[in-house]
Amino acid sequence: MTKLSRRSFNRLAGATAAGAAFGLQACAVMDKPAKARVVVVGGGFGGATAARYVRQFDSDIAVDLVEPNRSFVTCPFSNYVLAGFKRIEDITHGYGPLERQAGLRVHHHTATSVDATKKTVTLDSGTVLNYDRLIVAPGIDIRWNAIQGYNEGAAGIMPHAWKPGAQTLLLRRQLEAMPDGGVFILAAPANPFRCPPGPYERVAMVAHYFKQAKPRSKILVLDAKDQFSKQGLFTAGWRAVYGEMIEWVPLSKDGRVTQVVANEMTVVTEFGQRHRAAVVNIVPPQMAGKIAQDAGLANQTGWCPVDPTTFESSVHKGVHVIGDACIAGAMPKSGFAANSQGKVAALAAVNAINGKPTAAPTYVNTCYSLIAPDYGISVADVYRVTPQGIVAAPNAGGVSPAQADAAFRVAEARYAEGWYAAMASEIWGT
Amino acid sequence: MRFASTVAVVLAIVGLSGPAAPAAAQNASPQLLTVSCSGCHGPSGRSPGAMPSLYGRTAPSIAEALRDFRDGKRPSTVMVRFAKGYTDAEIEAVAAEIAANWK
Repeated sequence: MTKLSRRSFNRLAGATAAGAAFGLQACAVMDKPAKARVVVVGGGFGGATAARYVRQFDSDIAVDLVEPNRSFVTCPFSNYVLAGFKRIEDITHGYGPLERQAGLRVHHHTATSVDATKKTVTLDSGTVLNYDRLIVAPGIDIRWNAIQGYNEGAAGIMPHAWKPGAQTLLLRRQLEAMPDGGVFILAAPANPFRCPPGPYERVAMVAHYFKQAKPRSKILVLDAKDQFSKQGLFTAGWRAVYGEMIEWVPLSKDGRVTQVVANEMTVVTEFGQRHRAAVVNIVPPQMAGKIAQDAGLANQTGWCPVDPTTFESSVHKGVHVIGDACIAGAMPKSGFAANSQGKVAALAAVNAINGKPTAAPTYVNTCYSLIAPDYGISVADVYRVTPQGIVAAPNAGGVSPAQADAAFRVAEARYAEGWYAAMASEIWGT
Repeated sequence: MRFASTVAVVLAIVGLSGPAAPAAAQNASPQLLTVSCSGCHGPSGRSPGAMPSLYGRTAPSIAEALRDFRDGKRPSTVMVRFAKGYTDAEIEAVAAEIAANWK
């Protein structure tokens, strides 16, 4: 095992800073020894935000970001790759700009263990990183076999595409290969899961593709719940744009898929109905990412309990858990929510290191979804911490108006693009 | 000067929202309020896309816009939903913080 000394860290960080004359941060501070170190595990919406903001809030604190992938493919906008109007390259972000702009170090390795007593994180390279505060943002893992027969092999036949990248491209190829007049099934999970409106936007985007390329095809949504995010807006939008193409079957009408027979392209519901389709997309039950489970940060629900004011773990002091992996009250498991939590956790970590009182938090979220490329809808909320945990601010927030005109829907589609551009810019600097 | 007195009032409110003033304890940190905006309006209020940029504006103009969104005097898509979620003190505080830091 190798231990990264402060001296070698500063040498590496200095080399990084040297190439960043136009960086947003004053990298010269890296020449002097850092007063403390924050390690962030996970370079997605939550983790990369937190890593950048620790440096922004206090540039005397060194930051190590641990992320196994050389680039990050976003779940937001991956439905537009399925629809055919975005390429996977459009939603893929490297770490070079973040590293240079923020003056932090990215380790492209997997974090294999956390010792919250010794305050260390061990990587699969053998490197041991010491931390003063740790921020864990591992996203989700799939609960394999929670649906009988849905294992990693089955996901090669019936993709989940809920971790974007190869799975997204596989599902796109299957849709392209499907005959006109075929049936596409999407199985949606019970709450909580990553991106509550995601399955319903996905069927709209598949319908958009079918309308152009395979107009006789049908979409069947088999759902493990009776209500879903932005339901009224989605239902009205599906009908207005795609007519009868999309059928939604709720839990109470035997919508819950409990078994898959992948080599027969068949799914089985709770009360034994069998549905066969040309393409099957299983959005399976999920849990906090592996390192959160291995570090003991998750409870019996599979998700990680945290302090609503600081996102510090209820299990391990000095460790914050943010994003999809944590239990954040009324906040959805969304990229924007993770971004918002990342900023609050970053300031909480910085204040703890500096012996300053905790700042009064505020959280925000907007989730845009597209019914069609020129038809956007949204849910937006401000969140407050109360004795009951994190709740949406009363008399504020909510979904787009049901009766909005076409111009409003066009504007929200444009703002969806604007949101994505702003997020990518502030998180990865891309 | 009117501008100077507005700044003084705003600074007083920012001060009140700190942890030393229990009466205003529910008001969020101005720093965290400000970084909430950058998720859509871009880093330091420099928007790369369809949202308007927020940098280089005066505190009164930002506060007025937020109040007008809240009160429905200025048309919006999501801003009316957000603006209703903040107190008057928070609106003044975030406006002052943006004007001071996003130049």
